[in-house]
Amino acid sequence: MFYREAGDFSKTYREDSQTFPIRFDRYRYYAVLLIAFAIIPFFLNDYWVNAIFLPFLIYSIAAIGLNILTGYCGQVSLGTGGFMAVGAYATYKLMTSFPEVSMVVHILLAGGITAFVGVLFGLPSLRIKGFYLAVATLAAQFFLVWLFNRVPWFYNNSASGQINSPERTLLGVPITGANTEPWAVYLFCLVFVALSAVIARNLTRGAMGRKWMAIRDMDIAAEIIGVNPLTAKLSAFAISSFFVGVSGALFFSVYLGAVEVGEVFGINKSFLVLFMIIIGGLGSIFGSFAGAAFLVLLPVLLKNVLVTGLGWPTDIAAHLEFMIVGGLIIVFLIMEPHGIAQLWRIAKEKLRLWPFPH
Amino acid sequence: MPDQLVYAMEVFLNGLMAGVLYALVALGFVLIYKASGIFNYAQGVMALFAAMTLVGVMEGQVPFSHLINAVLGTKVHHFGWHLPALIGIVSTVVIMVVLAWLVQRIIFKHLVGQEPIILFMATIGLAYFMEGFGDMMWGSEIKKLDVGLPQGINLWIDETTYNIFDYGFFIDNLDIFATIIAAILVGGLVIFSQYTKEGRAMRAVADDHQAALSVGVSLNFIWIMVWSVAGFVALVAGIMWGTKSGVQFSLSLIALKALPVLMLGGFTSIPGAIVGGLIIGVGEKLFEFTVGPLIGGATENWFAYVLALLVLVFRPQGLFGEKIIERV
Amino acid sequence: MKKKLLSAVIAGFMVATPVMAELTFSALSYRTGAYGNNGIPFADGYLDYFTLLQERDGGIGGESIKVIECETAYNTEKGVECYEATKGEGVLSYSPLSTGITYQLIPKVTADGIALHTMGYGRTSAKNGQIFRNVFNFPANYWDGASVGIKHLLDINGGDIKGKKIALVYHNSAYGKEPIRTLEELSKKHGYELTLLPVDHPGQEQKSQWLQIRREKPDYVLMWGWGVMNPVAIQEAVNIRYPMENFIGVWWSGSENDVLPAGAKATGYKALAFHAVNSDFPIFDDMKKYVVDAGKAAGAGDQVGTVLYNRGMYNAMLVSEAARTAQAIAGKSNISQADMIKGFEALEMTDEKMAALGLAGFGPSFSVSCENHGGDGMVAVAQWDAGAGKWNVVSDFQASDMSVIQPLIDEDSGAFAAENKLSPNCD
Repeated sequence: MFYREAGDFSKTYREDSQTFPIRFDRYRYYAVLLIAFAIIPFFLNDYWVNAIFLPFLIYSIAAIGLNILTGYCGQVSLGTGGFMAVGAYATYKLMTSFPEVSMVVHILLAGGITAFVGVLFGLPSLRIKGFYLAVATLAAQFFLVWLFNRVPWFYNNSASGQINSPERTLLGVPITGANTEPWAVYLFCLVFVALSAVIARNLTRGAMGRKWMAIRDMDIAAEIIGVNPLTAKLSAFAISSFFVGVSGALFFSVYLGAVEVGEVFGINKSFLVLFMIIIGGLGSIFGSFAGAAFLVLLPVLLKNVLVTGLGWPTDIAAHLEFMIVGGLIIVFLIMEPHGIAQLWRIAKEKLRLWPFPH
Repeated sequence: MPDQLVYAMEVFLNGLMAGVLYALVALGFVLIYKASGIFNYAQGVMALFAAMTLVGVMEGQVPFSHLINAVLGTKVHHFGWHLPALIGIVSTVVIMVVLAWLVQRIIFKHLVGQEPIILFMATIGLAYFMEGFGDMMWGSEIKKLDVGLPQGINLWIDETTYNIFDYGFFIDNLDIFATIIAAILVGGLVIFSQYTKEGRAMRAVADDHQAALSVGVSLNFIWIMVWSVAGFVALVAGIMWGTKSGVQFSLSLIALKALPVLMLGGFTSIPGAIVGGLIIGVGEKLFEFTVGPLIGGATENWFAYVLALLVLVFRPQGLFGEKIIERV
Repeated sequence: MKKKLLSAVIAGFMVATPVMAELTFSALSYRTGAYGNNGIPFADGYLDYFTLLQERDGGIGGESIKVIECETAYNTEKGVECYEATKGEGVLSYSPLSTGITYQLIPKVTADGIALHTMGYGRTSAKNGQIFRNVFNFPANYWDGASVGIKHLLDINGGDIKGKKIALVYHNSAYGKEPIRTLEELSKKHGYELTLLPVDHPGQEQKSQWLQIRREKPDYVLMWGWGVMNPVAIQEAVNIRYPMENFIGVWWSGSENDVLPAGAKATGYKALAFHAVNSDFPIFDDMKKYVVDAGKAAGAGDQVGTVLYNRGMYNAMLVSEAARTAQAIAGKSNISQADMIKGFEALEMTDEKMAALGLAGFGPSFSVSCENHGGDGMVAVAQWDAGAGKWNVVSDFQASDMSVIQPLIDEDSGAFAAENKLSPNCD
């Protein structure tokens, strides 16, 4: 009824090629932004920010990054954890070496450094394909973790090998360290998330995204029609790693505040982000958000319902949590193999016709 | 002979033995991948589950005792029997076959013809589920697994090499035993797939699903069979690793040791898994022995992947994988 | 229906409103995941002790006790979630049982004014209470452990270990690397030769390290391991027929879980301990009567008296004694979070106190002060007897070599203070 293109006329090419061509979609998008930026910050407390919003937002950036590489360009990566670690350690080195420079700059620089490392480990993708490529990214994963654990320079020779984010402020408001306000860190991350989503969305709509998708669908065919696989693949690695690096930087500096590389950025993290984009939907920015939300919220929800709500022993609840998450993944795949994003698309199709489906 | 060379030989032999253990895990992956194109992420969890079940059956643990006690307020823990290893192994095999049937029936029957990444994802769901299910069923305490395998230094090799090199080599009896088991297992698989009707059907399915279907091979049966065999291989791997370290959660992480082996050897080749395992085993041990001390050690985790990566750059389908033919 | 579901979902995320009428403690335990099998007995001991106090004495100082258990699976993110979910309920002290989570929580508890007690793990330099005002790591830390391990070697060698070769097999993580600095400093002092052998997580495969030990034949092997690394290392040591009495693990490498899989040949393996490691104490009768037989045990009840169970119980005992001290200082039974910190800071564990609790000789006597949040670093050595199936303490509790450790603590805590612009103070 509301959700349809009838009466929605585009008068210029600009209007015709905008991100959300349907008016209702556009308003919904503005409404989401408005709620996220102007309303949610007033209702936040430490629990909501630290247990739900920060992990959700930061994982969303990582998922967007990985989705560019895996979902759009078709290069399977299991090195996300390692690349996040690069982002985290780069920020740490930057923020301790140049305390007076703004955190925004540090985080962007950390993303840039990660992009460089990503390209380096992306080089084998020119030869190796499919699941076999996972080995290159796994090599990155294990090597980087080993490196950050091994070389004391990365953790400023601290006795414990942990890195801690000292307090840094932005416009006088602390955003890292102990004395942060929930709304400040939330907004800080939200800005990065919103920008990442907009940039990623527009990149994937443009020439570059089309090249990536051509490579994904069939790289030889893409090469024949004039897509340079070298630049396409490496640009996907670079941009994907940039986002992953930014998320790693935020994960360390804003969310956790202290990190030990093997534990926080281990192989499990790589798998987790990969699960997010597969459950959410490969090749979909919305899917990245949906997947991140699913895997961040579901365990918290289950824990709260089973332990806090029903008063079950924590270990039985934890085991049950595994079984439910696993079972849901399977049920989802059987019902809709293309992830939550596809469910969303179907729902939108249905909505267009509603309430007169014929 | 200079000492270092003798040491290197010892390291080399131990690497071979370790490689066999890696290959055992990798074998389960290859079987399923070859027959159904599924990259079974749950293989490691299956090994853990099989080992837990074996211990549970042998020790007469009451399944789900923790849950039962929490819900009903009872105090049941043990049936009070201790079964011999053989009965335990047979019952575990039966359970793994039932599991294979359920997996096929409930999950993969509904996912026929989906893309590999989706099948992969389904096995991840399976892995999560089984992780919780196994712990719920048998508890997450560490369990001692003793099926009577010998363990410890092989004295004969120690003495013989001492007489030759003036330095006795260390070879673990368990590793020797694992090598023998692995050889029998691979031999058995080869005979099975070459000379039996089911084996031929399995190879036919691996070659071409539709052609096999059209000549009357039941895909369903073959897939259940393959999952059962993979379950059996998982049990063997679980016994070997479980004897070494006790049965506990980390057993499921041996899948990570199998990944570089698979990539090196090729996902589709049984000999590839064996040779890949040996190369990785020897490679990582020798690297740790020679270069490790210079750069601070603990290199084994990443070296396996870097080695696999180097090989793949020259042979993108792995050493023994089917040549990837690309058509437009 | 939809509305109901929605409200159930929202309720699922909500945190219960704080009830301040009882003494609330948190148990950030892990009963699942890679370290679950070690986390279970510890969590059982921790919870059972509080249950005992509640059932037998009706709480602490007349106030009933509430313990909120929270599963972390040794995962830092879950740890943060647990902390944020429970801190609103007036939790008096946190014991995260993970070095990673400890590091996360140090800034958070500082900002929120809640006590953090990390017993035998966590940030070692938190011993300097002038900088880490509400972080406590008594009675012993890793550097104490390393030092006492070397002292033990000095004892059995008549005070001279010059030229001896000592290998450290360690979990290649922040935790495992803790003792290295101390051991290096001590090697300068005592003239032994230190070899470092890192083992990567999870440590299922350690052939390389043990082959190297077999080749180089170090006189002693120290181990800083956790999880599956422990049983594998002990098994490998048995396999290469390394003399087990020369093999010493830190306290996290010295539980029944670690030695049982290796069977009879593990006899003689030693581990450091900062508390008793067997069940010959009067308190266990009460534990059996009031908790296990009453069906109130946190676990199956079969772990009572094992090393890790004892450690969990000891931890709960120290926390509850700190609460008692806090009650005495504040002059009221219903203490606040700030009172609890004062209680920790004034805690004194005397032999008489321990005996009154039915724990005579269970741990060393020590006292905490603002300058010293780490106790006296008294550590003993225990030895495994596979025949009897139990650990025996084979040395006295002895203090660590503070002349070596104190400079390291000053250096590390000083760096933290500089990084966070803190000035040491005790008011």
